[in-house]
Amino acid sequence: MNNLFVYIETEGGKVADVSLELLTKGRELADTLGCKLEAVLIGDGVAHLVPELAQYGADKVWLAEGKELSPYRTLPHAAILCGLIEQEKPQICLMGATPVGRDLGPRVSSAMHSGLTADCTSLVIGDHKDAKTGKEYDQLLYQIRPAFGGNIIATIINPDCRPQMATVREGVMKKEFAAKPGAGEVVKVDWQKMTSEADFVVKIIERHIEERKINIKNAGIIVAGGYGMGSRENFKLCFDLAETLGGEVGASRAAVDAGFTEHARQIGQTGVTVRPKLYIACGISGQIQHTAGMEDSAMIIAINNDPEAPINRIADYTIIGDVNEVIPRMIKAYHKNSK
Amino acid sequence: MKKEFKIVVLAKQVPDTRNVGKDAMTPEGTVNRAALPAIFNPEDLNALEAALRIKDKYPGSTVTVLSMGPHRAAEVIRDAMFRGADGGVLLTDRKFAGADTLATSYALSCAARKLAPDMIIAGRQAIDGDTAQVGSQVAEKLGWPQVTYAEEILDLDEKGMTIKRRLENGIEVVQSPLPLVVTVNGSAADCRPQNARRIMKYKYALIPTEAAAEPASLAAEMTAKHDYLRIAEWGADAVDPDPSQLGLEGSPTKVKKIENVVFQLKESKCLQCTDDEINTLIVELLETHTLG
Repeated sequence: MNNLFVYIETEGGKVADVSLELLTKGRELADTLGCKLEAVLIGDGVAHLVPELAQYGADKVWLAEGKELSPYRTLPHAAILCGLIEQEKPQICLMGATPVGRDLGPRVSSAMHSGLTADCTSLVIGDHKDAKTGKEYDQLLYQIRPAFGGNIIATIINPDCRPQMATVREGVMKKEFAAKPGAGEVVKVDWQKMTSEADFVVKIIERHIEERKINIKNAGIIVAGGYGMGSRENFKLCFDLAETLGGEVGASRAAVDAGFTEHARQIGQTGVTVRPKLYIACGISGQIQHTAGMEDSAMIIAINNDPEAPINRIADYTIIGDVNEVIPRMIKAYHKNSK
Repeated sequence: MKKEFKIVVLAKQVPDTRNVGKDAMTPEGTVNRAALPAIFNPEDLNALEAALRIKDKYPGSTVTVLSMGPHRAAEVIRDAMFRGADGGVLLTDRKFAGADTLATSYALSCAARKLAPDMIIAGRQAIDGDTAQVGSQVAEKLGWPQVTYAEEILDLDEKGMTIKRRLENGIEVVQSPLPLVVTVNGSAADCRPQNARRIMKYKYALIPTEAAAEPASLAAEMTAKHDYLRIAEWGADAVDPDPSQLGLEGSPTKVKKIENVVFQLKESKCLQCTDDEINTLIVELLETHTLG
């Protein structure tokens, strides 16, 4: 009872990276709280994934299997997760800030009347004293996220409602085997009792999901373009530089919103979090929305015509100038000096 | 076969966080709301377009915009009317203040219940919070199915709707019975612009509070004369809520702390855009094996 739940997302018979990242974080939080880490695994033919969940620290796996449960649909998965929450009363429930988690989380939080914080960048256990009532709370989950376009960082708590729910984007937390694997004790869920016919009224009639083609998360060198690239045409310079240096292309949200490139390349709070050895930010001003997703890069080079741009403050090198002039010069210098 | 649908579109007036200028923060480090223009939440415009397309196809359908916010949020309802919405309801009351997504969804669901539509269409998320929670939570409160990330409504009849969803790595086509809540992705069709004739027709549309503020104005006079110019303004009492689920009290999440963004200052080398300086940098990166 009062343990920590992680909702496990699967696609194509594999556990999503974000779920393993959350287990890693969940293990740490559960150790701090002195509670168990429990995975909720809902799908069809997913039992073989249990050992992997244990490796990442799951003490227990709630397993709900059935043909009707795959692919993911909102209502049955929400009904099962709510059923388990009512039965087990976990203190915390975490899920990925993916299309699935962002569809499921709010539905469950509304049904449980518990708060949900979206897109957390950090989760920490801490105490709280209510300023008005003087009531003290031990060991709450601090749900920390940038807000208001990334101009502020807010710490959100749910003092009185359980479970404390949060979603986290892929790549924000690190994925590591647990120091000591969890027991991975499997408990089969009698999900038919938790669902009704009405939970199956939405039918999936067609589905095309592709393996992800763009993988900027694991790239060693990233050339990221921002709104300052000016146009979709100019943005191609980022691809030229990335190709020359053997890297991948990323983008700020402003560049994606402006249609310079596709969403899969978006880096930041509402995109992917990356930690390459070299990050070249081209025409990116550096709102925290973006820097939250790249500030741990080993080396940052910022190219910007604004000497006051916030990105310059976290950069190791800043090149002040027009990206359309700087990038071709970098390509030329690389060809001249590399063997 | 049913040929008319009653559609409610959820819309929010938001500060334009995408264009945050240098004066967006006060010297004290708080958010300077006055420096941020208030705009129609972008994905709510996609939602409005989806609703208007249904109305185009099934004449006699109605599109009502439901928004919660301060009095000036009536602007988004007027904007929607200029683009093709039939009218709107502004939910506004001090009792709603301090609401998190759950308390907001509760208030909206009470208003939606009163409007009793065949469907609710909303934007996927608002740019000031990016939470994408309100649509799903309204659906749960009403006990309706939800279809999120909608890109296109492919088919509709009295039995249900066929919707194409845009997911991160692909698409899904789903069928859902009515009533339901649909949340629309930014990748869906852009909203049609304001229509000059509709602007002429609806420019004097007001909520009662706006009309009362300037009783002698032409707009107030016109609004008093014509029903179609009256935008409904509902306080909490109008939607018969459980007061404990409203506003700050009805919000399980609390803000413990707000911090301003402070960048950790690094020792940064500043280069000019000359061949020499860039050449030196590349040589250094190659020598340290950061490159190559």
